[in-house]
Amino acid sequence: MELFYVLGLPLLTAFLSLLPAKNRNFPAALTILDALLVLAASWLVVLKVSGGAPIIAVKDWLECDAFGGLLLLLVSFVGFTAAIFSWGYTKNIVEPNGAERVRRYYWRYNLFLASMLAVPILAQLTLVWMAVELTTLLSVFLVSFPNTPEAIEAAWKYAVLTCMGAALALFGILMLYWGVAATGGDAFTWTTLLNATPNMPPILVETAFLFILVGFGTKAGLVPLHTWLPDAHSQAPSAICALLSGVETSTALYCLIRMVPCAQGAPGAAPEKWILAFGLATCACAALLLIQVREYKRLLAFSTIEHMGIILVAVGLGGSASYFGAAYQMMSHSFAKSFCFLAAGAVLRITGTRDIGSIRGLIHESPFVGTALLVGAFAISGAPPFAVFLSELNILRAGISSAQYVATGLLVVFIVIAFCGITFHLSRMVFGEPVAKLKRARPPLSYVFSIVLAGIPMALFGLYMPNSLMELLRLASHALGR
Amino acid sequence: MPDMWTSNLLLHELSALVAGLFLLTAFGLIATRQVLACLRTFVLQSLFLALSAFVLGYLNASASLLAVGAITVVVKIVLIPWLLLKTLGDELRARREISQVLNIPTSLLIALAIVVFSYFVSVRILAVAPKGASAMNLPIGMAGLLLGAYAMTVRREAVPQIIAILSMENGAFFAGIAIAPHLPLIAELSGAFDVLIITRVMGVLVMKVHERVGTTAVGDLVTLREE
Repeated sequence: MELFYVLGLPLLTAFLSLLPAKNRNFPAALTILDALLVLAASWLVVLKVSGGAPIIAVKDWLECDAFGGLLLLLVSFVGFTAAIFSWGYTKNIVEPNGAERVRRYYWRYNLFLASMLAVPILAQLTLVWMAVELTTLLSVFLVSFPNTPEAIEAAWKYAVLTCMGAALALFGILMLYWGVAATGGDAFTWTTLLNATPNMPPILVETAFLFILVGFGTKAGLVPLHTWLPDAHSQAPSAICALLSGVETSTALYCLIRMVPCAQGAPGAAPEKWILAFGLATCACAALLLIQVREYKRLLAFSTIEHMGIILVAVGLGGSASYFGAAYQMMSHSFAKSFCFLAAGAVLRITGTRDIGSIRGLIHESPFVGTALLVGAFAISGAPPFAVFLSELNILRAGISSAQYVATGLLVVFIVIAFCGITFHLSRMVFGEPVAKLKRARPPLSYVFSIVLAGIPMALFGLYMPNSLMELLRLASHALGR
Repeated sequence: MPDMWTSNLLLHELSALVAGLFLLTAFGLIATRQVLACLRTFVLQSLFLALSAFVLGYLNASASLLAVGAITVVVKIVLIPWLLLKTLGDELRARREISQVLNIPTSLLIALAIVVFSYFVSVRILAVAPKGASAMNLPIGMAGLLLGAYAMTVRREAVPQIIAILSMENGAFFAGIAIAPHLPLIAELSGAFDVLIITRVMGVLVMKVHERVGTTAVGDLVTLREE
């Protein structure tokens, strides 16, 4: 039943947001309420699936296991904090027909949220593909929402490249369906695929997997088709950036990771080799590119690409410890990255610039925003005592204990480069003598509130993990192996 | 299916002919110099996709393939051109040459290499393939998909890029109808739904680009990039 709520509530709210209410804040308040309810429903789902058995609402259509539950929790949490942040953002829209624009913002926001929530709970692969494609198409106008030439350019690149990726993935999925149908499976779900691949020709599975890897990889920001990501993730409104960077990339990665054990089933197919190679290339490229960025939101976007690479490397290394690390990293990245983008949104609001070079001494001018940015910088780059540090440590330990020294060594190098790059750039903004006067003294209250809220799990999970979440991660990591 | 090869030889030859024409239109999408011609080629390609679906549907006695053909006709031959003409009529009728990264003869040579590549990949799969596969549709569908991706990369204007993405979808389904003749209708429906939304969303986006940036030569959009 929870699964229906998870999907139905955002859809309902989307339509209600369009109502021409007198009060301009009506859709904003409604969306916050809805996101809170969805978060509660997701938490119920998590409690159920961490018992071990998957939830089956409609067999072969609407199902959710522990890995899906993990993603559901992440999406709904970021959806909630970003909804609170949006309140302050949309309040500021005052141009002619501002009320109309606000309504459309929330209409799209809720549809986008619904499409992301649909990915982990749909069981049929063609529908999952459709949901992933919808996450793109429904968020294009959110990216172009500021209506600046840059935002529209970013939205165009985003739409074109990810739609191209989706067509490639579709071809791979149709090929897999061919194999499943030939082995006598009927409904084309994750489970049937997992059971069918051992009887499919390895060359078919591997070719299909490569198409899917490149296709969904485009959406997750894997090199070489990552070029749209820094543009889209830096130009969109900050609340949308938090969703795009924090969880949308993870939903694409979720589909990709689910595919790995399926492909491993075919005798002789070695998808993990491809995953490892793509993961390392992505880490390398992102770590080197983020040294030279000039805009802080772009910096965070490159850090997202780097984290996607780390998760892929973890999956590619193989072994249950490494799979656990991958699931852990997915979670810690979502919490930390959404926090960072919300903090960056507050910085943008009070300074009015995206340029790293023109911001100095943030901590003197606005202690709250400065501290938030600094904490975010350490959390996302993997400094202790934050969860990203622990998850990265898990992955590295797993890599060493499985004696894959070269890959692990390279990963360490890239993580260190990225760490230096992120902390160097962001601490330059936080400390020093202020150079320019702030546009406004303090961010809106909803910004402060959402940043604090997003900071709680980020800070907490590095020090203490509730048992139910640990269990969820452990169960989720089972879905990554055969 | 050897028995079908003898009994329905004519239809199989027709299916092969359609596949050849489909490939030709994929080349056409790379070679056309004007936007409207590009759209016409796309409509022609969709027509061949529908035709192939009808023929294969008859041969395999598969109702879902006939439905695929019908959906293709409605969506790709009627609705999409109508949507594009409605939102982007002026863009489509512009009588200028589409600007490209590479010139057309070079493009065609690369396209040829792509076709050879997809042929070699497909041959390896078809050698071990489950039965029911069409030896023609898989390599040509894959070629259509990759040629679409290539066209999208070299074209520097918005509308030809949209058409290239739609033609990638055509390629994927051209292979799909042959390798999975009992394709669940849900797959084709989501495909059709998808191309409709792509057309709508991107059409509106192109208008915004035109309005705010002043050009639809999206190759010139280089404000955002690494230094």
